[in-house]
Amino acid sequence: MLDRTHRLRRAGTTAAVAIAAVTLASCGDSTGPNNKQNALRPAGKYARQILNLTEPFFWIAVVIGLAVVSATFYVALRFREKPGEERAPKQVHGNTALEISWTVIPAVILAVMAVPTVATIFSLAKKPTGHVVNVTVTARQWWWQFHYDDPGNGVETANELHIPVGVPVSLTLQGPPACSPTPCYANGVIHSFWVPALNGKKDVVPGRKQFLKLEADKPGTYLGQCAEYCGLSHANMRMRVIAESQADYDAWVKSQQVATRSEAALERGVDAQQWGCATCHSFKPGTAGAVAPNLSHLADRTAFAGDIYLVNFDNLWRWVYDAPSRKPMGNLEQHMPNFSAAGMTQAEAQKIACFLLTNTATNPSPPPECAGK
Amino acid sequence: MSQAVVTAGPSEVDALPVGPHAHDTNTGVSNPKLAIWLFISSEALFFGAFISTYFLYRGRDAQYLKGPTPDKLLNIPFTSVTSFVLLMSSLTMVLALAAIQRGDHRRFRIWLLATALFGATFIGGQVFEFTEFYREGLHLSTNMFGTTFFVLTGLHGAHVTMGIIWLLLLWSRSMQGRLPTEKSEAVEIAGLYWHFVDVVWIFIFTAVYLIPTH
Amino acid sequence: MTTVEDATTLVQVPEKRIRILERPRATTGPWSWVTTVDHKKIAIMYGTLALCFFIVGGIEALFIRLQLAQPNGTILSAARYNEFFTMHGTTMVFLLGMPIAAAFGNYLMPLMIGARDVAFPRLNMLGFWVFAFGGLFLYSSFALGGAPDGGWFGYAPLTSTPLAAGYLPGRGADFWCVGLIMLGIGSVATAVNFLVTILNMRAPGMTLMRMPVFVWMILVIAFLTLFAMPPVTAALIMVFMDRNFHTNFFNAAAGGDPLMYQNLFWIFGHPEVYILILPGMGIVSEILPVFSRKPLFGYSIVVFSGIAIGFLGWGVWAHHMFASGLGPVAVSAFGLSTMLIAIPTGVKIFNWLATVWGGAVRLRTPMLFALGFIAQFTIGGLSGVMHSIVPSDTQQTDTYFVVAHFHYVLFGGLVFAVFGGFYYWWPKFFGRMLNEKMGKLNFWLMVIGFNLTFFPMHFLGFEGQPRRTYTYPSGMGWDTLNLLATIGAFIIATSVLVFIVNVIYTARRGERASSDPWDARTLEWSTSSPPPEYNFAVVPVVTSLDDFWHRKYTEDDEGHLVKLPAGGADEAETLPVSFDPHSIHMPSPSYWPLIFAMCLPILGYGFVFKNWWLLGAGVVVGFFGLQGWAIEPSAEPEHSGTEAH
Repeated sequence: MLDRTHRLRRAGTTAAVAIAAVTLASCGDSTGPNNKQNALRPAGKYARQILNLTEPFFWIAVVIGLAVVSATFYVALRFREKPGEERAPKQVHGNTALEISWTVIPAVILAVMAVPTVATIFSLAKKPTGHVVNVTVTARQWWWQFHYDDPGNGVETANELHIPVGVPVSLTLQGPPACSPTPCYANGVIHSFWVPALNGKKDVVPGRKQFLKLEADKPGTYLGQCAEYCGLSHANMRMRVIAESQADYDAWVKSQQVATRSEAALERGVDAQQWGCATCHSFKPGTAGAVAPNLSHLADRTAFAGDIYLVNFDNLWRWVYDAPSRKPMGNLEQHMPNFSAAGMTQAEAQKIACFLLTNTATNPSPPPECAGK
Repeated sequence: MSQAVVTAGPSEVDALPVGPHAHDTNTGVSNPKLAIWLFISSEALFFGAFISTYFLYRGRDAQYLKGPTPDKLLNIPFTSVTSFVLLMSSLTMVLALAAIQRGDHRRFRIWLLATALFGATFIGGQVFEFTEFYREGLHLSTNMFGTTFFVLTGLHGAHVTMGIIWLLLLWSRSMQGRLPTEKSEAVEIAGLYWHFVDVVWIFIFTAVYLIPTH
Repeated sequence: MTTVEDATTLVQVPEKRIRILERPRATTGPWSWVTTVDHKKIAIMYGTLALCFFIVGGIEALFIRLQLAQPNGTILSAARYNEFFTMHGTTMVFLLGMPIAAAFGNYLMPLMIGARDVAFPRLNMLGFWVFAFGGLFLYSSFALGGAPDGGWFGYAPLTSTPLAAGYLPGRGADFWCVGLIMLGIGSVATAVNFLVTILNMRAPGMTLMRMPVFVWMILVIAFLTLFAMPPVTAALIMVFMDRNFHTNFFNAAAGGDPLMYQNLFWIFGHPEVYILILPGMGIVSEILPVFSRKPLFGYSIVVFSGIAIGFLGWGVWAHHMFASGLGPVAVSAFGLSTMLIAIPTGVKIFNWLATVWGGAVRLRTPMLFALGFIAQFTIGGLSGVMHSIVPSDTQQTDTYFVVAHFHYVLFGGLVFAVFGGFYYWWPKFFGRMLNEKMGKLNFWLMVIGFNLTFFPMHFLGFEGQPRRTYTYPSGMGWDTLNLLATIGAFIIATSVLVFIVNVIYTARRGERASSDPWDARTLEWSTSSPPPEYNFAVVPVVTSLDDFWHRKYTEDDEGHLVKLPAGGADEAETLPVSFDPHSIHMPSPSYWPLIFAMCLPILGYGFVFKNWWLLGAGVVVGFFGLQGWAIEPSAEPEHSGTEAH
């Protein structure tokens, strides 16, 4: 039968091993999974600036934490009274020198931390100058609207942001525009724009315009999500930032400015008025939809519906057929309706999906399911 | 009618919950009096929140919703009169307390009724003002002024109304002979609440009526 | 007009007494609990109900963890998930955290200061019933149109847009606003009560600096509650008005500012988290010295640190808003103030460790929980310091990192302290010792389960998982850690089950406790277990800090402990032979606070459903209850005496 000291030591060791295991399991290759949404794998200078601030303080915290936790174990075990033993410990009431030290030393450590903290705050708040890409981000229920503001650009898209590598991107974050007549509530709720690999998050507050900057230092796709609870589909309000070379970016901008076949096709009656796509969406490049995304280049994008479904035949027709079953929307005043309940058939939905795949792409290559539709 | 000094018997006589006498407490202030001061300090922050909100939101109407603005609606002379009436009610409250403390229950009841009456006059003035504004197109939802003004002054008015009811209940208790001088602290406590509600009005009046919106 | 003119009239006065309801007379049985004004019974009711809500909130958490155990989970719909995380947070903060402070505070504070009860026993009773009705009101929403689903801090405009706009699916936000206002009334009433008691009713010789740290913490949180409740009440009224009367407080189209809500809420919200944790710190400050057989190291520093935290806590609120666009100057200021508040917190931790150092440590269950508190609260505090680094916070806030942070301080901190308090004071409350073996099992399961659940969340946050998301996609690399967290949650549930089994076992066959089973330091241990209704046969005269301890022990020249020959015997043994318990007169039970409390849910439903009949009925019931209360003496004539309060 092991005595208490040994049992406690064993318990302590087991605990330490367990904690280490969990820590290592989550550390992976010491910076976590490469899921494109990982703040520990920065892909741009602002995110790197933040991590350079976080990391040393994380390790200081780890050291202090381990010290205190060990001290707790230590005092508990070292001064343990054996059963039957009756010790008369010294009744110490305090020690001024100790009190001063353990007030002043943490204060000094914190003061040291404060300096680079404030410096980084101001650095990140500074608007970039020179060659900058300006984008207005409007947070909608539950998708991201992007409008490129620079003259000669004017691209209007949703959920997928293209940016050139090495160029700062200045984002203006806003809620949907003010509306009338009063009372009016389409100004939306608070969201938060967050692409961890490129920068920290910034809330989007109705009635305000907020500033956030991004910059990627290598090409790639970086994922983001809304990070302020905004209702039913908060978890489904994702986005992606595609960073590419300046040349590729310029080519992308050009392609987005050119009209696809969709607008003309709509005028020819494909929409057949009964579904009213153009009431909410827009099919004209550079023009925002009344309340829904611009679809002129939908088929050029990787994913849709808040970047949660890949753009393909299956996802598209199921979405058109019954969107609320694909993304919880409740009874939000304006949302993609359940067209199946309004009488749309699966065949019609598939036809519309094929329409989108064929007519909203710069270089359409419709999938085989659309042959003959 | 002669003024009799009521000798309080055992707590059969009356039943206002009175804590230990002031000389029994560590602070020297009786329990109920300390309690009302603490409650008042809490209420001060409550009104402070609404007054700050009023301040932070003033002047916003020009660029947002239209609708009537303070300079068009507020009738400072009228509200000055009703404010004066409310201030006078604090005076009558002090007189009421002095009366009961020296055993003059008849005068106490008169001054107490006067306080309640002045308070009710103030409320009457508020009601008149509210209906006037409503007629001229200011509703809760019209603009920021409508929202902040009605909620702030409405909550204050509700507090005054509860104070009036409190005073009338004290009056009725005195009428039944169950409010002797020994229990006059209950009046003092009601008085503290009443003065507080008056002071809050001074702040509201200054913030809403006297400080001009640019 | 009647005036009482001479002594003969006095004889007739009792007949003039209005009796609307007969005074409750039960002294045993359930009805005696319902009408009790005894602070000890009220405390037990607070504690029992708080524990029930802890379990309900815990079940909500288990569902949350089941849903998140895998990507694309289907256990809970989005709507249900959002209700569950909202109610989990709301329950743990308002229906566990605050009532458990009221529970421990109610039972112990009067005993620790040598008082017989609190200043206003009926107000105390009101506080409990308001809590009970408020909690039931909140939960009734599940069956009446949807539970609150705007998050436990209910940001506008999500909560403040009218039902018709559909930003949230149901009328849960109405229940939330009204329910929290209701609970706030109870909290303020209890805060006033506790403050007057501590400030006014201490035993002779019990100066403020001789009070136990636990009482100091109750004093501080009572002040915090008094001043923090008003701003949040204002904010909730504004949300309710926006929702139901189309006011524009947070309507950006009219010039309203959503951040106004956040400022008002967090001016409450930050002091609130100190209201939650300080009693836990107080409990730990009582347990450590007893189980180390040494005084608390740096008593006055610990007290002043608690006061400092109370003050400084008002200056940090916007650290909850670092990502909301306040501008670099404001966030720098609040970042610095947040760093500042880490200092008194750290000071306390060091003082606690120094208390145990060099002592004669007994590792009984209360001590284990207190030590667990130190370790885990420190970890939570350190992640808090990481949050104070504003740019880091923009990656950490609204992710699982902050979820880890606050669970470390509130669960690893407060809940562990509460369980330590249960094990420590159970003999005093119920006269029996909780089983030690089960206690240790309870502790170890809780430590393992808690750390397994929440430690991985630090990493999940950095790896990009936001909070309040009902699901996450596969392929993000979050699966394993989420699964581990879910397993940990079920281990926590098991540990709570062990506690419940322990409670039931103890009720049936627990070892009986003497008045001072732990050889403790504070006044509650000088009376029987459980204490008589009047607490002390003779009001103690206090001559020092830890007065009870000093009746038992003194120190030799080197400061080592020396037992006194005849100190600390059970009070009952040392009573004068002529002592008659009936000579002490305590306040009598009452119906009125219960009746008055009933008006609140009636009014509440009236407001939520805009029903004039209910509002009218609520006003009538409330008025009736208040009048009856005002007319009723605090003690019956046959009970009244010199000490009737």
